[in-house]
Amino acid sequence: MSTFEETIARDQRVEPGDEMPEAYRKTMIRQIAQHAHSEIIGMQPEGEWITRAPSLRRKAILLAKVQDEAGHGLYLYSAAETLGADRGDLTRRLIEGRQKYSSIFNYPTLSFADVGVIGWLVDGAAICNQVPLCRSSFGPYARAMIRICKEESFHQRQGYELLMTMMGGTPAQRDMVQDAVNRWWWPSLMMFGPPDDASPNSAQSMAWKIKRHSNDELRQRFVDMSVPQAEALGVTLPDPELAWNAGREHYDFGTPDWDELKRVISGDGPCNAERIARRRQADDDGAWVREAAQAFAAKRVPAP
Amino acid sequence: MINHEWPLFEVFVRAKRGLNHVHVGSLRAADHEMALHHARDLYTRRNEGVSIWVVRSDQVASSSAEDKQAFFEPSGDKVYRHPTYYTIPGSVPHI
Amino acid sequence: MADAYESLTDHEDDARWAYGTGFSDPLAGVDTTVPSGIDHEDLAAYCLMLGDDALIMSHRLQQWVTRAPETEDELAIANIALDLLGQARLLLSRAAFVSGSGDEDSLAYLRPASQFRNVNLAARADADFAHLVARLLMFSSWRLALFDRLTGAADPVLSAIAAKGVKELTYHRDYAAQWVLRLGDGTEISRGRMRAAVGDLLGGSLVDELFAVHEVEERLAGVAVSPGGVKEEVLSVWGQVMRAATLAEGVGTTAPAGGRPPPGPPPPPPGGGGHDCAGGAFARAGSAFPRAGWA
Repeated sequence: MSTFEETIARDQRVEPGDEMPEAYRKTMIRQIAQHAHSEIIGMQPEGEWITRAPSLRRKAILLAKVQDEAGHGLYLYSAAETLGADRGDLTRRLIEGRQKYSSIFNYPTLSFADVGVIGWLVDGAAICNQVPLCRSSFGPYARAMIRICKEESFHQRQGYELLMTMMGGTPAQRDMVQDAVNRWWWPSLMMFGPPDDASPNSAQSMAWKIKRHSNDELRQRFVDMSVPQAEALGVTLPDPELAWNAGREHYDFGTPDWDELKRVISGDGPCNAERIARRRQADDDGAWVREAAQAFAAKRVPAP
Repeated sequence: MINHEWPLFEVFVRAKRGLNHVHVGSLRAADHEMALHHARDLYTRRNEGVSIWVVRSDQVASSSAEDKQAFFEPSGDKVYRHPTYYTIPGSVPHI
Repeated sequence: MADAYESLTDHEDDARWAYGTGFSDPLAGVDTTVPSGIDHEDLAAYCLMLGDDALIMSHRLQQWVTRAPETEDELAIANIALDLLGQARLLLSRAAFVSGSGDEDSLAYLRPASQFRNVNLAARADADFAHLVARLLMFSSWRLALFDRLTGAADPVLSAIAAKGVKELTYHRDYAAQWVLRLGDGTEISRGRMRAAVGDLLGGSLVDELFAVHEVEERLAGVAVSPGGVKEEVLSVWGQVMRAATLAEGVGTTAPAGGRPPPGPPPPPPGGGGHDCAGGAFARAGSAFPRAGWA
């Protein structure tokens, strides 16, 4: 048994300097980068609403939340860099479409209720995915996830609180919430990835303890969590098949449109082009600034 | 092509007086001043710190994974360094 | 599973992380009664002036979100925007309390553009990152000088808001000054852009407006700080930074406000760097109705 295998078998953490299979390193970099990209691209749909937030308190909350997402992106890029990846290179891969980010951020935010629903459902689904990742076998990733999960505890709560406020408002406000729930529910379920029988990489990830639960397990957990929350809120989840199954002690639910997921992942979602274009623009516009800072620093370092 | 990537810095934060600085992660910056600013914004947004150290990642010397046995295992049998090695009668107070 | 974070409890007692400790209300224990002898209407107007400066400046910074040159700067800019938004909320709330009507939101959202009292410098849209940091340097050093003196204001609330703000503004100024330095003394391109930004911001009437004394400030002696009195100090700060950034000519301690752009090679056009802000909620607020013209 190799040291790596022993570490995994003992449920200990793999650390950056350790020897590890090349495939493990690559998988880890890909997963962490994808997660980091999701945080950075995820700033956009909500960021659209910062300047248009309906009160100064909501504006401050949203700004702090979007700022957290930038921070989470950085924690994750840091973790990927411990494996020898390079952030600039990862960003180029994102911009060139060679690395993915979560499909959910390719949907538009049409009203301020979307901010609340993203907090409740999208961040809720992210939490279901992320809490088990705090025990990921790769140490820097697990530690980044602990920090992220702690900080995200405010994200979901602010979203739900916003929705409760709106549901206590006018009929128009309640309609806005229901409309947002209708649009975000299915894409949220898709955040857990394809069904287990169509998820070829999962087995290896489970064996390496990169992943602790299957896609379908996590999806079920999310549905079970969300149904009572929706009831408390007074909204209807847009799934006629949703029903408590006493035998399974879980909710039964309908099948997400997996063709839609495929389309969105492969670049054909409502906002894919827009999201990448914005990221590319910021990177291009910032190039002269980054170069200048480097030139300035170089002038001040005494020649060796 | 010139690489315009800012160098990587490791960040250490003292959470409260009386505690050690603890490694919290890394970030990119063009120089030390920028690294300190960035560390403050990135790692102490929630009052997590009273003091920050930054050090360029390429300046950190580290024991290698291959050295692990030579470095750390020799201390494994020095049981006499631990207080529990010594038997003291239960009737003796405060020791 | 009411709280998904419960499964993290084995980390809860980890003393290395001091999450969420030590948050404080800047107005805790402060007597909010308006001291006798202070005119309520003037005090409200003054709070509105200071509040609008922060509100509008914060708005312009918010427009940078997802557009910063590097992700670390996303965090820095958002932090500064949040600080200023916090100052705005406290000041607008004070204005509402003192005048006996409305609240921070009615003042921020329901006033017509003509009633905004911010200086035009706060409302100026940034053509690129050089404009942003130049504007931030000018704005934060000016506001810091005012707030430094305001900590001794006769209104205890204003004094408490200023005491909190001084710490924030010191950081903002430092952040901006470092960037002005880097861009001024960075590459040829950054130097050209920095010069263009400084020339643009110093070239019009933006600077004069910062130091023009408003009649409300005159009448509120003992409460308000006369901006004329901080001019020398503020110009000296700008001059120091500009000199260190090798942008000094034309921006010294005695530089006339509204002077010509510093000499140098013609700047490149500010293409690509900025973003269109014309549709911003406050875009017209300052320009059409400068503070100095308010009676």
